[in-house]
Order: sequence, then structure tokens, then C-alpha cells
Amino acid sequence: MSMLSIFNVSGSAVSAQSQRLNVVASNLANVDAVAGPDGKAYKSRQVVFQTVPMGGDATAGVKVNNITESQEPGKRIHNPNHPSADADGYVNYSNVNPVEEMVNMISASRSYQNNIEVMNTAKTLLLKTLQMGQ
Amino acid sequence: MLAQMTSGLDFHSKALVLRAERQRIIASNIANADTPGYVARDINFKEALSQMTGASSAELSRVTLQASNSASPGTTNPRHMALSGLSQSELSGATAGYAVQSQPSVDGNSVDLDRERASFVDNSVRYESTLRFINGSAKGILSAIQGQ
Repeated sequence: MSMLSIFNVSGSAVSAQSQRLNVVASNLANVDAVAGPDGKAYKSRQVVFQTVPMGGDATAGVKVNNITESQEPGKRIHNPNHPSADADGYVNYSNVNPVEEMVNMISASRSYQNNIEVMNTAKTLLLKTLQMGQ
Repeated sequence: MLAQMTSGLDFHSKALVLRAERQRIIASNIANADTPGYVARDINFKEALSQMTGASSAELSRVTLQASNSASPGTTNPRHMALSGLSQSELSGATAGYAVQSQPSVDGNSVDLDRERASFVDNSVRYESTLRFINGSAKGILSAIQGQ
């Protein structure tokens, strides 16, 4: 039943894309987060996808290999009255770029939808195959 | 007589298996649309089908030859009938090629999502049509058997 492994392949892609959506959500949630007492602000996170062979030669799923933290410098805003301001009067914000994250979110949700559609089509075809000869 | 009746069915069943295989490969491509460095795969259906029908007839003759000589591999008794089903290596592997990149991307991913989606829909429609051919000839054979 080679068609059944489509569910594994697309399922792995759906779970990887949903993890990507989770990371985007946590980035967007921390877009305005300021540095804590340790002086380190939230770092934007990105998922790294990797191909996973599944059974056959040309059958490949996907998994999240690791989650990297962006090392870009974050925003620094001069605001001496802010409770989290450092000795020079600057407040360190996270380095999340909200526009980039929104684009990432749209891309992830489209890929998610694509894979769901693939699974639906495979399910329809398999159900029709089950009714063969009737 | 029955061999003649079922030969068309046999051909369509092979085409169906190949369509399922292609469906799986395209699903892999769509799943890896965002994976850096992934190279899209596809099969040349025409070549694969002709290769498959050629291979299976060769295998069939080999099986009948072995059946007349001794027990074929996979059977424990000379009276066992050998299965003429296709092996997994025959289905996949050799026939899957690499798709040509239409719009090169920086991360080395060669999946063209529009093309893959179009191929996916095309392949599923063709899968269904093959299924209808099979259903049609199965109905024909059944009505011939029942004589009604």
C-alpha cells in the first residue's frame, strides 16, 4: 500500500509546519519584550527543516532539525525613565522583526494547507480504491 | 479465455500502482517545499509503465520456468504457487528522476510548488480514471460470468 505512506509524509510536514507556526507565534508574542535583569532580550527563533527518508527511495518526509536563535542585535531605545533601562539609559528590546514573522506565518500556513489537501486527496483516492469492483 | 479477459485488467492495475507511486513522490515534494537543499523528484510515467510491463512479463516467464523446475524462492514446497506480484525494488528507485529547477532559489530547494500541485491534481484524476477502467472491466467480466 504505497499510498498509505502519503499520510506519514504529509503528516510529518504538517507537524513540522505547525512547529514553525508555534515558533512564529512565540516570536510575535515577544516582539515588544524588553531585556530582563540579566540584560539579555528575547532572541528571535527560526526552525530549520530537514528531509527524512521514509521507506521508499523517492519518499521523503520532513522534520524540524533544530531551532536557531537569531544573533542580530536587537533594538536599543534611549529611555532613562524606563524601569528596565541599563546604566546608559538604554532599553534593550528583542530582535524580532514583525514583518518577517508575518511573512513566515503566511508561508507556514499555506504549506500546512497544501499538505492537508494532499492528505485529503490521498484519502479520497484510497476510499475509492477500497470500493473497487463494487 | 480468462487470461485474455483479464489482461487489460492486469495492465490497468500496473498503471494504478504506478500512479499511486507517483502520487507518493509528489506528496514528498509538497511536504519538502520549505526544506533547504531538497531536490524535487518525479517519474516519467510512460517510461516507467513500459519498463514495468516489460519487467513483469519477463518475471512471469521466469516464474513459470522455475515452477516447472523446482520450488521457487520464497516457497517451502514445490507445490506452492509463486506470487507474480511486483517486487518493491521494481516499483520504485530506478525510475524516479530529478525535476529540473524552474526558478532557482538561494537555499537550493528545487520544488516548484505550482507545478507540483498541478501534477498532483493531474495524477489524482488519472488515478481515478484508471480506477474507473478497472471497475468497468471488472463489471464486464462479472456480467459475463453471471450471464445476465
